[in-house]
Amino acid sequence: MTETQEALRLEGITKVYPNGVIANKDINFSVNVGEIHALSGENGAGKTTLMKILFGEEKPTAGEIFIDGDKVNIQNPSDAIRLGIGLVHQHFMLVPSLTVTENLILGIEPVKGLRIDERKARDQVSEISKKYHLIVDPDAKIQDLTVGQKQKVEILKTLLRGVRILILDEPTAVLTPQETKELFYELKLLRSAGYTIIFISHKLNEVKELCDRITIIRHGQTMGVFDVSSVSEEEISRLMVGRAVKLKVEKEAANPGAAAIRVRGLTILDDSGKPKVKNVSFTARRGEIFGVAGVEGNGQSQLTDAITGLGGYQSGSIEINGLNISGKSVREIREHKLSHIPEDRMKTGIAPRLSIENNVIADKIFRKDFNRFGFLNLSKIAAYGLEMVNRFRVSCKSAQVHINSLSGGNIQKVVLARELSSDPDVIIANQPTRGVDVGATEFIRQELVGMRNQGKTVFLISSDLGEILGLSDSLIVLYEGEITAYFPDASSVTEEELGRYMLGVEKQSDAEIRRAVHE
Amino acid sequence: MPAIFSYIFSVDFFFMWIRVATPIILVALGAVVCERSGVVNLGLEGTMLIAALFGVLGSYFGKGLLPGFLLGIASALVVSLLFAFFHLVLKANNVLCGTAINTLAAGLTVFVLQMVTGEKGTSASIKSYSYPEVNIPILKDIPILGEILSGHNLLTYLAIVLLFVVMFLLFKTPLGLRIRAVGENPHAAESVGIPVVRIRFIAISICGALAGLGGMYLSMAYLPIFARDMTAGRGFISLAACAMGRANPIGVFVSALVFAFFDGLSNILQVLRIPAEFVQMMPYAATILGLTIYSIHRAHSLQRKHS
Amino acid sequence: MNEKRINLLVDLARVGIIISITLALVFLIVFLASQEPFVAIYSFFIGPFTSIRRIGNIVEAGAPLMFTALAVIIIFRSGLFSMISEGAFFIGITGAMIAAIAWRLPFPLHPFGAILFGGFCGAVAALIPALLRMKWSVSEVVTSIMLNYVIQFLSIYLVNYHFREISSSSLASLLLEPTAKLPVIFPGTRIHVGILIALAACIVLYLFLYRTALGYSIRVVGDNQTFARYSGINAAKTMLFAQIIAGFIAGIGGASELLGMYTRFKWTSSPGYGWTGIVVALLAKRNPLLVPIAALFIGYMNVGADIMARSSDVSREVVDIIQGVMMLLIAAEALLGGFRQRLIVSAAKLEDSLKSPEIKLKQEKGV
Ligand SMILES: Nc1ncnc2c1ncn2[C@@H]1O[C@H](COP(=O)(O)OP(=O)(O)O)[C@@H](O)[C@H]1O
Ligand SMILES: [Mg+2]
Repeated sequence: MTETQEALRLEGITKVYPNGVIANKDINFSVNVGEIHALSGENGAGKTTLMKILFGEEKPTAGEIFIDGDKVNIQNPSDAIRLGIGLVHQHFMLVPSLTVTENLILGIEPVKGLRIDERKARDQVSEISKKYHLIVDPDAKIQDLTVGQKQKVEILKTLLRGVRILILDEPTAVLTPQETKELFYELKLLRSAGYTIIFISHKLNEVKELCDRITIIRHGQTMGVFDVSSVSEEEISRLMVGRAVKLKVEKEAANPGAAAIRVRGLTILDDSGKPKVKNVSFTARRGEIFGVAGVEGNGQSQLTDAITGLGGYQSGSIEINGLNISGKSVREIREHKLSHIPEDRMKTGIAPRLSIENNVIADKIFRKDFNRFGFLNLSKIAAYGLEMVNRFRVSCKSAQVHINSLSGGNIQKVVLARELSSDPDVIIANQPTRGVDVGATEFIRQELVGMRNQGKTVFLISSDLGEILGLSDSLIVLYEGEITAYFPDASSVTEEELGRYMLGVEKQSDAEIRRAVHE
Repeated sequence: MPAIFSYIFSVDFFFMWIRVATPIILVALGAVVCERSGVVNLGLEGTMLIAALFGVLGSYFGKGLLPGFLLGIASALVVSLLFAFFHLVLKANNVLCGTAINTLAAGLTVFVLQMVTGEKGTSASIKSYSYPEVNIPILKDIPILGEILSGHNLLTYLAIVLLFVVMFLLFKTPLGLRIRAVGENPHAAESVGIPVVRIRFIAISICGALAGLGGMYLSMAYLPIFARDMTAGRGFISLAACAMGRANPIGVFVSALVFAFFDGLSNILQVLRIPAEFVQMMPYAATILGLTIYSIHRAHSLQRKHS
Repeated sequence: MNEKRINLLVDLARVGIIISITLALVFLIVFLASQEPFVAIYSFFIGPFTSIRRIGNIVEAGAPLMFTALAVIIIFRSGLFSMISEGAFFIGITGAMIAAIAWRLPFPLHPFGAILFGGFCGAVAALIPALLRMKWSVSEVVTSIMLNYVIQFLSIYLVNYHFREISSSSLASLLLEPTAKLPVIFPGTRIHVGILIALAACIVLYLFLYRTALGYSIRVVGDNQTFARYSGINAAKTMLFAQIIAGFIAGIGGASELLGMYTRFKWTSSPGYGWTGIVVALLAKRNPLLVPIAALFIGYMNVGADIMARSSDVSREVVDIIQGVMMLLIAAEALLGGFRQRLIVSAAKLEDSLKSPEIKLKQEKGV
C-alpha cells in the first residue's frame, strides 16, 4: 500500500446563514490524495454548504482550510480553482444559450489578438474530452443536451481548468442507471489518473460501490470518518439519521371508496410544443394514498399544475370530486375541497415577508370566519395562527414573525397547516418532505396517513423511493410523461422493481396500465 | 394630408431622421451592453444629462473640443459607477437607483449651470465647442444619397462604427462572452471564477461611456448649447429601443430608427397646423405604441409556438 | 437580542446615517458654492420656522407629497414599478380644472365633484401601464414614464386650446369658479382642507392595507405573485385594483392642490410631486401611517431650499440633489447589512450555546 497523503483538510468549519440557520457546526473534514471520498448525510445536513465554503461560494463564519498541508484563504471560486478545487453543483451551472465549447472556455478563453481563438478552443475541448472518455458535441447548445451530457460538460469544465480535487454534489440524483454506471466508470478512471474526488450522496449502495472512505455529517456536525469496506450500511444509516430508520410507516390497510380525481387522456405540451404528459388516464379514490413515482422531470410538475389549476393542458379531462376543472380558476378548484402542498415551498408555498398567521390564511381569505364584508377579522386570524402553530408544532417565537425567519422544516409545517386545515377532500402533496429534517418528515408523513384514514384522497408525488413505497396504497409510475406501470398494492412492490419502471427499462402492458382507471 | 408625405419623402426629412436617431442609437447600444450583463440601467436619462452639461463645461473651461469630450465621458463614467456601486454592491433596486440618479442629475445640472453661468435655463452665455460635421468624400457627390448620408456630425458616424464595435465586443471577445454568460446565468459564471460584480461594473461603465456620447451629442452637436432637462426622456426611449430589439445590436439599431422616425416627424410637423402639444407628444406616444405592438407580437408568436 | 430588536436597531442606525450624510452634503455644497455660506445654511435650516406663514408653507408643501407617496406605496406594494403617480397627479389637476371652470355647482358639491373627477382621471391614467403590463407584459416602468410626458402635453394642450385666459401673455387657464375652491383652515397661512383629506387618506389607506381582504391580497401579490396565484388570489385583478386606487389617490391629490392653492392652472410642465413622492414613500418605509412625517420632512427641506434661494446665492435645486442622494441611500438595502448579519450571527450562536443539540432536536419534534 502506498503512503497516504492528505490533499485537503477543513478544520472547525462553522456556518451561520443570514437567516440564522446554523448549517455547519465545527466540522472537521479531511480527504487523501487519489481517493474517492464520500460525504454523506441527510437532506439539509449541511453537505452542500460545506462544499460551497470549500469552493469559495460561501464564507465560513469560523474555521480554516488546508490544501496539501498549507493554510489557504479562499475568498471566491477563482481562488478555489487556482488551488485546484473544482465543484460540480447539484444544480447545473451552465449557460443554456451558449455552446458546449463556450461554456467550457468561459473565463479561460484562448485569444488571438482581441478575439477568442475559436479553433484553438475547440481543439482544447476535444482533446480533453477524448482523454477522459467524456464525449460531447462541442458545438451543441447546452439547452439541447440531456442531463447526462450536461453533467459531462460540468466535469470537463473542472478538468479543463486543471483541478486536482473534484467535488460532485449528488451527481446521481438526476441520472438514469446507465448514465450512473457510465459516470462511475469515468470517475474511477479519473481516480487512477491521480485525481482526488469528493462524492456527495446519501445512496448507500453507490457509496459502497464507488468510494474508499466516507465522512458522515448530521445536523451540521461530523459524525465520523470510516473506511467504506469496514463499515456496514446499517451503521452508516444509523449515524446519518440518528436512530434506526423506520422505512415502513405504520398504517392499516386502505379502504378505497368513490373516485376523487379522475384524469382521462391528459396531454400537456411545454412552451416549445414538446409533450410533457402523454395521454395519461387514472383514477385516485377516496381513502387511499395514490402515489406517483418517477425520476424528477418526467411530467410530475406539469401533471400537478394541471390538476391544481395552475397550469393548462392541451387535451383530455380532469375531474375533482365530480367537477370538471376545465376553465376553472385556482380559487374555484380549491373551493371544491382541493389542497396543494407545492413542490417548491419557497417559490410557491409562502409569502416570505408576511407573518406566519398571514401565510396560513392565504387560501381562506374569502371565508366568512376571516372576512366580514371585505374586512379582516384580525383577532380571529391571530387566534387561528396560534392554533395552527401549536397543532402543527411549528417552532417559532410567535405566529407574528416573518415566515422566512423559520427553518425549512418549520416552513413546510406552516404550509402543511394551511393546506390540511382547510378541510380538504383531496390533498395534492408534491415532494412533501424534501429538504425537511427527520422529525418534521415523520410528522408530515403521519399527518398525510391521518388524512387518508379520515377517508380523504392523498395524491402523493415523490422521487424518494422509500417514501413513495412506504406511504402509497396504490401507485403509478411516470416515465417521460407516460404511465409505465400501475400497482394496485404498493406494499407488494420492491425498490428494484419500481426502479426498472422509473427508468423506462420495463413497461407494463396496456391492459395492466389501464387498471389505474378503475372502470 | 398629402403635404405630410411631401415632407416625409424629402431629403431634409431623411437627413433630420438620421440626426435625431443618433443619440438614441448611441444610448441604446449602451443599454444593450448593460442588458446583456443582466442589468437594466434606468439611470441612463440622468447619465446623458450630466454628460451633456459637463461636455459643454469641459470645452468652455478647456477652450477646446477634446477637454469637453474628456470631461463629458468622465462625468458619465462617474455617474455610471455611482449607479453600479449602489445597485451592485449596496443592492439597491435598479428602478429606485435609476430614479435617484435621474433626480440627482436633474438637480445637479441646473445647480452647476447656475453656478457657472448665472442662469438656470441654458448655457447660451458661455462659449462652448461642438463636434464637427463631416463630409464624406465621393459619397457627398452622389445626388440625393449624398445629401442624406453625408455632412452629418462626427458622432453620427461614430455611432455607426460603434454599432459594429459593440457587436464585435459582445460576440467575438472574451469580455463579450463573459458579459453574456453573467447576464444569462450569473451563478454559472461565478462557478468558473468569473467575478460577476466586476463584469457588471465593466458593462455599466461601457454603457455609461456610450450614454455620455449620446448626451454630448445633444448639447455639442444637435444643439450648440446645454439646456435644462434637454434629454427629455431619450434615455427611456433608448431603453425601449433596447427592449424592442431584444438586446441584439442590429435589432436595437432598427428599433432606435423607428422611434427616431417619430421624433423626426414631430420636428417637421411643427410647421403644419397641428397643435404643438400633439406634435411634442408624438415620440412618447409612439414609444408606448411601439413597445405595445412589439409585445403583442411576441405574445402571439409564443402562443403560436404553443399550439 | 431577538431579530425584531436587531432589525429596529439597524433601521435606526440607517436613518441616522442617511440623515447625517444628507446634512453633511448640504453643508458641503453650500460651503463650496456660496459666498455667504452662513446666511444660506441659516435660511435653509431655520428659515422655514421663522414665521407662521412659513410654517404653513411646510404643511402646504407636504400635502401633495402625501398623496403621491400613498400612490407610490400602493403601486410598489402590489409589486409593480409604475412611475405613473406623477402623471396621475397632473391629470388630476387638469381634471379638477375642467370641473372647476366648466361645471356650475354650489360650494361643497363643486369641490367634492371636482376632486372626485380628478381622482377618476388619475385612476384611468394609472390603469393604462398596468393593463399593458398584465395583458402583454410591456414593461410598466418605461410606459408609465412615457405616459407622464403624454399627460403633460395633453394637459397643456387642453389649457392652451380650450381653457386659456386670452388676456394673459403667459400660459394660464381661465379663473376657477370660486364655488370650487377648497377653504383655508388656518388663517394667516394657505393651509387648506386638502391637508385634512391627505391625513384621512393616510389613515384610510393604512386600514385598507392591513384590515381589508383586498389590502391583504395586495400585500400577498406584491410579496410573491406565484404564491398568490397558488392560493387562489386573482393576482392580475388585485394588481389592477391597486393601480386604480393609487391613481385615484394621486388624482385627488392633484385636484386638491389646484383647488386649495391656486386660482388658475399655470403649469407649463409636470410639477414633479410624483417623483418626490417616491422619496417620501421610501422614507416612510412604505407604511401609510409614517407618510405624514416623511412628507412634512421633505416639505420642510423644499421650503428651506426656497428661502435659501431667495436670501442667498445658492439655488433651490440643491434640494433635488439631496433628494436624489437620499433615495440612493434608502434604496441601498445592503447598507449596514453586514452589521445586521453580525448581530444575527452572534444572536444565533448565543441561542445555540444555550441549548444542546438534543434539546433542539426534541423541540423541533415538538416533544
Ligand atoms: N442560502 C441559504 N440561506 C439560508 N439557509 C440555507 C441556505 N442554504 C442552505 N440553507 C440551510 O442550511 C441547511 C443545510 O443545507 P445544505 O447545505 O443545502 O444541506 P444538504 O446539502 O446536506 O442537503 C438547511 O437547513 C438549509 O435549509
Ligand atoms: Mg445539498
